Amino acid sequence: MKTLRLLALGWGLHFKMLSRSAFDGVLGVMWPLFFATIAFFMFRAGGGGATLLYAALGASVMGIWSATAVAASSALQRERWQGTLELLVAAPSHFSLVLLPITLAMATIGVYSMAATLLWGRFLFGIEIHLEHPLLFVLAVPVTVGSIGMLGFLLSVTVVRYRTAWALGNAFEYPVWLVCGFLVPLSLLPGWVRPISWALAPTWGIRAIREAALGGAPVADLAICAGLGACYAAAGILLVETVLRSARAHASLSLS
Amino acid sequence: MTSLRLFFVGGLMSYRALFHWLTPWVLIPSFLIAPLFQILLFVYIGRAAGLESDRFYVIGNAIQYASIPCLFAMGNAIAGERWQQTLGPVLATPARRLPLFLGRTLPVIGNGMLVAAFALGVGTLMLGIRLPASSLGPLAITIVVSTASCTGLGLVNAAIGLRVREVAVLSNILFGLLLLFCGVNVPLDELPGWMSTVAQGLPMTHGIEAARRLADGETLGGVAGLLGAEAVVGGAFAIVGYALLRFMEWESRRLATLERA
Repeated sequence: MKTLRLLALGWGLHFKMLSRSAFDGVLGVMWPLFFATIAFFMFRAGGGGATLLYAALGASVMGIWSATAVAASSALQRERWQGTLELLVAAPSHFSLVLLPITLAMATIGVYSMAATLLWGRFLFGIEIHLEHPLLFVLAVPVTVGSIGMLGFLLSVTVVRYRTAWALGNAFEYPVWLVCGFLVPLSLLPGWVRPISWALAPTWGIRAIREAALGGAPVADLAICAGLGACYAAAGILLVETVLRSARAHASLSLS
Repeated sequence: MTSLRLFFVGGLMSYRALFHWLTPWVLIPSFLIAPLFQILLFVYIGRAAGLESDRFYVIGNAIQYASIPCLFAMGNAIAGERWQQTLGPVLATPARRLPLFLGRTLPVIGNGMLVAAFALGVGTLMLGIRLPASSLGPLAITIVVSTASCTGLGLVNAAIGLRVREVAVLSNILFGLLLLFCGVNVPLDELPGWMSTVAQGLPMTHGIEAARRLADGETLGGVAGLLGAEAVVGGAFAIVGYALLRFMEWESRRLATLERA
């Protein structure tokens, strides 16, 4: 119960802070809209209505990753700049319970972007969203958000010693959009890319969302997405221990 | 002589001191990796949509990506003074403002050129695109003109940064607008009429069009009109940017908002 309370409080606190940030909040919603609009124009000029709906769903999930990638990679650096990293590490709670809600809140901000993109597509491009399996769609969205949040958690821990991690997070934005098949069918990518796609939860998340909306069997995709999210969380928790031990031993917690 | 020194030496010093992206840890992911993935992203979307050839996207995105240094570095090189608490001393000096501000654009233009040239070179190699050997020189000129033109917009961005707190947000929005409006990934005739019209007044639009025509075998003389239009647009933005800088300086003295960040 105590753990759940900590996660919920942390998530709420960081969600409020991020919502009021011009960079993470306003830009987080606007940024994917530029790409979604370009994709809508490209697919409209070259394809039919069904392709537009495919693009709209993909573009809507792009925002969740955008909101997470840059912010998560610089999450620890931000705590370091604010002078709160040492306090958080010294707290009796496990550090991963402090960090997880931060990255989950970042991914949740992406839901704004998701809604904005779908509404943008509906009202500016006339893309109607028919949900074949509304309940599964409603389930697929939080599972995808949660898994992307976990991926952000793993990313934030991995780059903890990298002082300018925001740049790395920035550089991860396009590759994940591409490799996870948000706007491009995976069959168009070279064969060697597919194992990378399969290891990324957003691939399964967007597939589940599309199958829930357009028709198909999204349950297996959802299960894989959730499973991968759990694996990222486990890997992140294990890595946190190693990273913190090293930082304490070398007295480098605030130096990176 | 003092003005020349201020223009060249002062500009370079400001760029080195205020643009924090010059470390390899930022430079490599931001200027070398990201543009290539932007190219790949749109090449594959283009293939999925069946709209244009790979060459269309490689040229468009390689040149447009130069706007990242043009907007961000320009923002840092001038608006960054406020964050460093050095804006007051800089503006208190009797230095002439024209070389003081315009000198800071030169390294930014150089940065943008290198980014665009790298993205175009590696992008074409990566996707197996062949450009006529005769087009390489004119393409280099086109990159110089486009980058200089976009730096004019960067100057406006920097001037606004003297008043607006979130320069990074503004730079990202301008980057997104250029990507959307300038025919980078969607041919101008596929955009709504008002967007194509707006695009005529934005940097990069004419430069990208000129580069595509050069890659199709057009001569430098054949795209002179487009390059001229690109230069005029950039020059207009530079004049507006400089005027806005002077206005912001005057306003910040009048309202005591110089250090309000």
